[in-house]
Amino acid sequence: MFWQLLLTGLAIGSIYALVALGFVLIYKASGCLNFAQGEFLLLGAYVALTLVTTYKVPFLPAVILTLAVAALAGLVVERLVLRPLIGEPVISVIMVTLGLSALMRGIFQALWGTDTRVFPPIFPQEPVSLGGVSVSAVYLWSLGLAVLLLLLLSLFFKFTTTGIVMRAVADDQQAALSVGISVKRVFGITWAIAAVVAAVGGILLGNINGVNASLASLGLKVLPVVILGGLESVPGAVVGGFVIGLIESFVGGYLDPLVGGGLREVVPFVILLLVLLVRPYGLFGEEIIERV
Amino acid sequence: MQQELLVVENLSLHFGGVAALTNIDLTVRKGEILAIIGPNGAGKTSFLNCISGLYRPSGGRIFFEGRDITRLSPHRRAALGIARTFQNIELFKHMTVLDNIMLGRHVHLRSGILAGGIYWGLAQKEEVRHRRRVEEIIDFLEIEFIRNRVVGSLSYGLQKRVELARALALEPKLLLLDEPMAGMNVEEKEDMARFILDIAEEWGVTLVLIEHDMGVVMDLSDRVAVFDFGRKIAEGLPEEIKQNPRVVEAYLGGQLAEEA
Repeated sequence: MFWQLLLTGLAIGSIYALVALGFVLIYKASGCLNFAQGEFLLLGAYVALTLVTTYKVPFLPAVILTLAVAALAGLVVERLVLRPLIGEPVISVIMVTLGLSALMRGIFQALWGTDTRVFPPIFPQEPVSLGGVSVSAVYLWSLGLAVLLLLLLSLFFKFTTTGIVMRAVADDQQAALSVGISVKRVFGITWAIAAVVAAVGGILLGNINGVNASLASLGLKVLPVVILGGLESVPGAVVGGFVIGLIESFVGGYLDPLVGGGLREVVPFVILLLVLLVRPYGLFGEEIIERV
Repeated sequence: MQQELLVVENLSLHFGGVAALTNIDLTVRKGEILAIIGPNGAGKTSFLNCISGLYRPSGGRIFFEGRDITRLSPHRRAALGIARTFQNIELFKHMTVLDNIMLGRHVHLRSGILAGGIYWGLAQKEEVRHRRRVEEIIDFLEIEFIRNRVVGSLSYGLQKRVELARALALEPKLLLLDEPMAGMNVEEKEDMARFILDIAEEWGVTLVLIEHDMGVVMDLSDRVAVFDFGRKIAEGLPEEIKQNPRVVEAYLGGQLAEEA
């Protein structure tokens, strides 16, 4: 039981980490909390599902196409919705992302309805046995893919010019402009990457849970994750994702049967409240000290 | 006759009803060190921000090497060879000194992800060239001993020097320095003055600097422009400026107002 919960927790946690990473990237670059991150997750799930079921595209090309669509959507949203707001108060920008989330959800419902849809079996159906612990294959695939993507992204930020430039913009925009970096372009890339990682999360979660609008509220789980990890910390998003995933899984496995269920859904937000009370800047966030 | 590098014509800048700059005409000649002085709030930094592109002027035009750059975005101006430092240091605080200076070379990095992957050898050769240039700058500014330190952990004086290094890494034709010596002790100021003179003489960079220390201004600059309440009230050789009654009044008036 323990090992099984551990593995599922890690798998779900890795997906949370991915989606939260996109959230943190946007926050670091532009100071904007993107409340539409969950809808990008939904977008990825629906587009992949449609390609696979309606157009009979094989899974791998379908995923690649989906990621391209997600990147494009990220760019378009940044260009049309966020860029005109540069220089406006951050709170307006945040409200706009709330509106964007409602808009996207509406469009998705119009296009794909409200029924839960399921992916055709893509990952092997029979559970994999790992040293006596049997886990469904989709969890292992999710864990592997999410970890791989997280690794690739950290290499990207460490070694590629674009990645370093993105870090520079997150650090100091004026300085970035003065050395000839186009901050607007970086914002665009940031939104594209955030949309892509959300879409990957959407495809993986869609394979685990099925696809309907509630998947987007799963996207809201990024809030406890990033508050726990620290809003401006990329490693924090990763650690926070795994921690929340594990706690959810263990609470679901050990405590839910005792109280008749439901704790699993609540516990991340209980953590959110506790963190805000005890350590508002999170595990790895910057403690803002104001000298008076 | 010296060539004109930067020509500012009739420049105005308003924030709502507040006029930060009014009808400024100013020409910067190739190779010179031009100092801008004036009381606090005179519009000196706003003027630099207009040249580097952080502010869009409300009126007037800016020419760089004969080209109209008034509407050009800041990163394009950097690519043309306009570099700057800031009054309140703007550095990538979470990165090392070396990374900061390498980022200063951003406008010279030609190969992107794709090209870098395909022409691996070429990209490497380019990297070596950039490294060499960065090493020269590190040697020149004598910051060898802090090259791998994270910038946020450095003293104020050293951060100022790193910022200058990053601006130099762009290989600018025009370098804008906003109070390069503010908050420094005498020794640090002397070092900085030496660097500035060398940058102009050895590297052939044209400099525009804002400075409050009159001794420094008189020693360093070839010409001085004086701003007051968003207008240019005088321009000329340092000796002329010292004797200009309007300048004396602007400064004395400012002092009297402060005392009152």
